[in-house]
Amino acid sequence: MEFAELIKTPRADNVVLHRPFHPAVEGTLCLTGHHLIFSSRRHDNAEELWLLHSNIDSIEKRFVGSLGSIVIKCKDLRIIQLDIPGMEECLNIASSIEALSTLDSVTLMYPFFYRPMFEVLEDGWSSFLLEQEFEHLSSVTNEWRLSCVNKEFSVCPSYPPVVIVPKSIDDEALRRVALFRYGGRFPVLSYYHKKNGMAMLRSSQPLTGTNGRRCKEDEKLINSTLRSGRRGFVIDTRPLNVAQQARAKGGGFEQEVHYPQWRRIHKYIERFHILQESFIKLVEACNDQSHNMDRWLSKLEASNWLTHIKELLTAACLAAQCIDREGASVLVHGSEGTDSTLQVTSLAQIILDPRCRTIRGFEALVVREWLQAGHPFQQRCAQSAYSNSKQKWEAPVFLLFLECVWQIHRQFPCSFEFNEHFLILLFEHAYASQFGTFLGNNESERAKLKLPQKTMSLWSWVNRPEELSRFQNPLYEANSLVIWPSVAPQSLQLWEGIFLRWNRPSRFLEEAEEERINIIKYNKELQAKVNVLRRQLAEMETDGEVQEEEP
Amino acid sequence: IEHSVEPRVEQVKLLDRFSTSNKSLTGTLYLTATHLLFIDSSQRETWILHHHIAAVEKLPLTTSGCPLVIQCKNFRTVHFVVPRERDCHDIYNSLLQLSRTAKYEELYAFSYNPKQNESEQVKGWQLIDLAEEYKRMGVPNDYWQLSDANRDYKICETYPRELYVPRTASKPIIVGSSKFRSKGRFPVLSYYHKNKEAAICRCSQPLSGFSARCLEDEHMLQAISKANPSNRYMYVMDTRPKLNAMANRAAGKGYENEDNYSNIRFQFVGIENIHVMRSSLQKLLEVSGTRGLSVNDFLSGLENSGWLRHIKAVLDAAVFLAKAIAVESASVLVHCSDGWDRTSQVCSLGALLLDSYYRTIKGFMVLIEKDWISFGHKFSDRCCQLDGDPKEISPVFTQFLESVWNLTEQFPQAFEYNEAFLLQIHEHVHSCQFGNFLGNCQKEREELKLKEKTYSLWPFLLAEQKKYQNPLYNPDFSPELTLLEPNTVSFNFKFWRNMYHQFDRSMHPRQSVLNLIMNTSEQNKQLEEDIKELEAVSITKHVCALVTCSSDYSCYSAANFHLNGSNTADNRYSELASEFSKAEPAVVSLEYGVARMTC
Repeated sequence: MEFAELIKTPRADNVVLHRPFHPAVEGTLCLTGHHLIFSSRRHDNAEELWLLHSNIDSIEKRFVGSLGSIVIKCKDLRIIQLDIPGMEECLNIASSIEALSTLDSVTLMYPFFYRPMFEVLEDGWSSFLLEQEFEHLSSVTNEWRLSCVNKEFSVCPSYPPVVIVPKSIDDEALRRVALFRYGGRFPVLSYYHKKNGMAMLRSSQPLTGTNGRRCKEDEKLINSTLRSGRRGFVIDTRPLNVAQQARAKGGGFEQEVHYPQWRRIHKYIERFHILQESFIKLVEACNDQSHNMDRWLSKLEASNWLTHIKELLTAACLAAQCIDREGASVLVHGSEGTDSTLQVTSLAQIILDPRCRTIRGFEALVVREWLQAGHPFQQRCAQSAYSNSKQKWEAPVFLLFLECVWQIHRQFPCSFEFNEHFLILLFEHAYASQFGTFLGNNESERAKLKLPQKTMSLWSWVNRPEELSRFQNPLYEANSLVIWPSVAPQSLQLWEGIFLRWNRPSRFLEEAEEERINIIKYNKELQAKVNVLRRQLAEMETDGEVQEEEP
Repeated sequence: IEHSVEPRVEQVKLLDRFSTSNKSLTGTLYLTATHLLFIDSSQRETWILHHHIAAVEKLPLTTSGCPLVIQCKNFRTVHFVVPRERDCHDIYNSLLQLSRTAKYEELYAFSYNPKQNESEQVKGWQLIDLAEEYKRMGVPNDYWQLSDANRDYKICETYPRELYVPRTASKPIIVGSSKFRSKGRFPVLSYYHKNKEAAICRCSQPLSGFSARCLEDEHMLQAISKANPSNRYMYVMDTRPKLNAMANRAAGKGYENEDNYSNIRFQFVGIENIHVMRSSLQKLLEVSGTRGLSVNDFLSGLENSGWLRHIKAVLDAAVFLAKAIAVESASVLVHCSDGWDRTSQVCSLGALLLDSYYRTIKGFMVLIEKDWISFGHKFSDRCCQLDGDPKEISPVFTQFLESVWNLTEQFPQAFEYNEAFLLQIHEHVHSCQFGNFLGNCQKEREELKLKEKTYSLWPFLLAEQKKYQNPLYNPDFSPELTLLEPNTVSFNFKFWRNMYHQFDRSMHPRQSVLNLIMNTSEQNKQLEEDIKELEAVSITKHVCALVTCSSDYSCYSAANFHLNGSNTADNRYSELASEFSKAEPAVVSLEYGVARMTC
């Protein structure tokens, strides 16, 4: 297919661009296969806007006489308006944008066409291999092994080719366990707590059905992570009644009789459309500047967004507490094990593991616990908060995770190597990107699409020193402790960097942030200078002593 | 210590009010003449000033003892469990008596002795000089003059002696106008904007009833608008909701009739009265004090309390006022009912938006002295300094501080002071430890001889101003006399956790960016000094080395310095750095307000 067929009017002049808190600019609008480009024709620093079509969530047309306006709502939540003279031109452009922003085929997406302008220092596609993670693990324990049972994605289509499992369980047993777990997602190691040797496993629900099916290998697998005589915890992210109802559809939960060493805790986390609705409501509330205080607060409340954040943080704290405080192993799952499960396991690691609070460690966490673990990014992030269509697969699951990290970051601002911009970057790229990292729903799809060969990885770009410096937190001081966040409503805040980003002038806040960075930078310079001076003095001193010794 | 029946009770438990696991500390409770003191087993001290106690409640006996809940005016809530009911009862009774004071002379300020001599005490009181402040604003001038009409508090008891009025306002006009205004509070100058030649004036409501007029009052307003050469009309801002103002007419009070006053633009701005504000805060505290609060209960409680709505209303009014002056160059007369609550809020916040001086530490003190203390905001009644009418209590000043805090959040570089400064002022408005806020008006303060018998708070705050400096402050943030324009869309107003949960540490961020930046900024100054010294020494050394004289004792000074500061064992900086890194509880020191004074 040629993009040219979709572009009826490739260029329009005298277009006026409106953005909140910016003066309107007149210029030329161009449409290419993947971008909407606006350029003011002013010679002095000409203003340009490059917008990926895939970043466009919805568009609206309005006409006043022959002047048409297109309101473009983006997945990063920004809203812009283009006034285009000429009704036909405006209609053409609108329909082109509509077509180009809703391409069906993944292989037509921009990452397949993007040619990087930077030198690749490290191929991000192989930056975070599970083999490396396992090597790290092997240095502290030999209770685990790397299994290639899923090499051809035949045992579990949503798992990566290699997984970490208890050493005592062989591949044959894993195949049998896979048949007992929804989607073949047998329990695998998510996190090993070096401090006390406890493990966090994740899986999908067991297929017990109504007649209480059991699977000895499954029991053996998870029991093998327990110290003798100790109990473990199953954290089920569904409420009890939902878990019970799941049995009628062949699903279920671990029953006490068959898992006597495990205590089951149901910690309910909302799913799919409920989250998507909440997201839409919150963005609506934030975008309306005319709300009086009561209306704003009641809209904020009605969105339930912060409730989801609190529930999620509470569940993650619970998992972390079981591991760190109770000294117990934990198995986390919901139904499919691809959404709420991953939220809980990845957040628990942020709390427990200082490595996950570094830039590289956090990237590794996203790769391991989200991409490789089979969170269906393509389905979940197909549309953002402005979508009108009622597709049921969209949900801001990953955004909620990022926001929870941000909430913890707010409470421990010195314990993270990255800053808020890094989290915002991940949010943006999960929804629309020139990189292939977040395309596809799992590793199997990515392999079929040959993404590592055909597209550039986000990590290749972001891990270059000049990019990385933008995402570093100047306050960072490595903190080896477990960080327990407060989940009191008074301690939680609206993530303004995402939700109010386009709704208020931010110049003063940005300047203040810059000043903070300057103070820290200046401190480092001064310390370096003092050290140099001292060394010089010390040298003079010894020189002087040598001279003094000469009579 | 006449009230203390049993000045010391052991094995008392202090509960964490938000902990779900009933965490507690065990320790000993002491009752002194001024404070309640709790020392836990690890020797940590919790001091509670008797004057800070807003309410004491004895809960029903439990198996572990008798619970005693103390609520403080600085929003600290402590929950003790006393093993024996009799002890609990005794403490309860003692606290009830100790926290209620009948006479000003019994307040802490009259016994507080910071070991200053008399001249220091006098100098302390002279630190803030309002005459100097009016001079700074540019008055007296061709249009405004100092009036001696109230020199003996004859015209208005609750105003200060020295008042600035338009030159054309003669004494009969002043007297006539004051008779037509509630409590005699006639229109006077609160702030003069040099560049725009426009003024903020303040007064109380006119006694207009349904139709009464007063020519002198009309002349007074005319004099104010004529004192502004750049604009002939003036605004009259009635800060009350229209309905309240109309209801007042039935009592012979009311508001200005635009037909009777030439060139005025009359405007209601709808800030609620002290009673609404009191119950709003009560509701807010009930919500925020709930254990195991859900997000939605918190948000709906916040909404139902109306608290943020009121804060927004106050700030909206201030923005309206400041814009009238800065954009239209129009003078504005502000009033409410008596002109000492909402009027003080709006005038002081308006001036704060207009004039960057009030965004400095010293300037903020001046602003409070001027618009709150001297113009007779009834601190004693509003903060319940003496045992009195509970219906007079209202968090009007707290709202002012909260509005300022909201501004500091929006303009992080515009203010010389930080949040700790606002919290510390709030602390002392209620502590009755210093004389500044005692009493309801200047006349009363003079009668109490506060300047001889008590100390002023401001020099103490200035002495420790390092704690209150905003490390991000940029004095050039806004040029002199340019308007600060806050965004007052609802989502900008946040719950002030550090005010209402100042003492609930579990709710605070575990690492404070403010403290860290403050320390770093402070350390930078020290490092700059060190570099200067090192460079100086290095030059001396260099000379020494050239002279190569073994008997040159000038080298000794360098050697001394070497011993003092630069040997390798000295790791002052790395120590500081490690202090940051082990940040967990170490950096949490938001507990600014612990009343750690002598007792």
